[in-house]
Amino acid sequence: MATEGLHENETLASLKSEAESLKGKLEEERAKLRDVELHQVAERVEALGQFVMKTRRTLKGHGNKVLCMDWCKDKRRIVSSSQDGKVIVWDSFTTNKEHAVTMPCTWVMACAYAPSGCAIACGGLDNKCSVYPLTFDKNENMAAKKKSVAMHTNYLSACSFTNSDMQILTASGDGTCALWDVESGQLLQSFHGHGADVLCLDLAPSETGNTFVSGGCDKKAMVWDMRSGQCVQAFETHESDINSVRYYPSGDAFASGSDDATCRLYDLRADREVAIYSKESIIFGASSVDFSLSGRLLFAGYNDYTINVWDVLKGSRVSILFGHENRVSTLRVSPDGTAFCSGSWDHTLRVWA
Amino acid sequence: MAQDLSEKDLLKMEVEQLKKEVKNTRIPISKAGKEIKEYVEAQAGNDPFLKGIPEDKNPFKEKGPTFNALLLLLGRASWLEIAWSRTP
Repeated sequence: MATEGLHENETLASLKSEAESLKGKLEEERAKLRDVELHQVAERVEALGQFVMKTRRTLKGHGNKVLCMDWCKDKRRIVSSSQDGKVIVWDSFTTNKEHAVTMPCTWVMACAYAPSGCAIACGGLDNKCSVYPLTFDKNENMAAKKKSVAMHTNYLSACSFTNSDMQILTASGDGTCALWDVESGQLLQSFHGHGADVLCLDLAPSETGNTFVSGGCDKKAMVWDMRSGQCVQAFETHESDINSVRYYPSGDAFASGSDDATCRLYDLRADREVAIYSKESIIFGASSVDFSLSGRLLFAGYNDYTINVWDVLKGSRVSILFGHENRVSTLRVSPDGTAFCSGSWDHTLRVWA
Repeated sequence: MAQDLSEKDLLKMEVEQLKKEVKNTRIPISKAGKEIKEYVEAQAGNDPFLKGIPEDKNPFKEKGPTFNALLLLLGRASWLEIAWSRTP
């Protein structure tokens, strides 16, 4: 009926204007707290000296773009996944490949090491997250022990074990995140709120409780309560897709890297963005970010093949690292903070220290 | 899933979420920023990237000529990479 259509449009319009006015109110409340800038608070902090960071190891073996990597808690092993469908476990000290498995799909966009070091999880265009136990028995076929855990309706973009090998958190192109029980494959909780593909997630450091942050193509970063499935806080200041989110070591803040060529720091207690890391000369998207142990440095990999190192407190760039011959797609600092590893579309991974 | 929801449902979700968030408690940046700064200062002594690690303690730094020769033999490093990593 014509009248129904009209009613529908009115409801839509009134919802839109309600959303707009609430957003305005939120902005107002947040703006009241902007009494200083972070770099002003950090004015008296000693400036950082020169850094010497070089590639110490190059891991070669993938046949195509490296899309994701993760460190094992032993600070030495690394799992990486590639567009060619292969997932490889490396010993980063010796550069030896310890395990390799071929996935039934290409574009394995996500991989993660289990806290015990005894398994890895991965997935991508197959819309699933699968767990592979790692075995040193030469007679065992790794692929035979594969366990399918998560099922999404679109590609898997990120995955992470929680504090144990028993649960996995996933993010997907279907716009949701989900928490799964590894043993049974059961969906424990799902997280709805993003308006488009979710591209990344990071769990809060265990001391700070059961939350995680996700970033998506809707330019939003959202902080979730894992038990209730509710979004606790959301931030929408980026101007393009958020490719990477990483919690600050204290758990009170998180950083994001985006296609808008900036990285930003959001403080959870101030409930707002508190710093932007950008330069006019940096015009390519940031694909991945991670903090050094103290949180003073932010390492960010970019689509222009470089890695920029930022002084988190002062907002300035400390160093720019060259070496990769194509986009840097993934970057993680080792568990003890002695090195960081970057993966690239140039098919290699590099360990920097 | 975001793709299955109608525009109206998405908007309703958004409005509900915003109503909740407006009520969150927040602290000023002067306080939050100070806590971040204090955390960094407390942890800086433990951060290997800030304080540096002696060459012989860091497993990723140079292992000496034998290790380099091994890497070369296995085709895992090129002469150039090894030469570059030797320079301070």
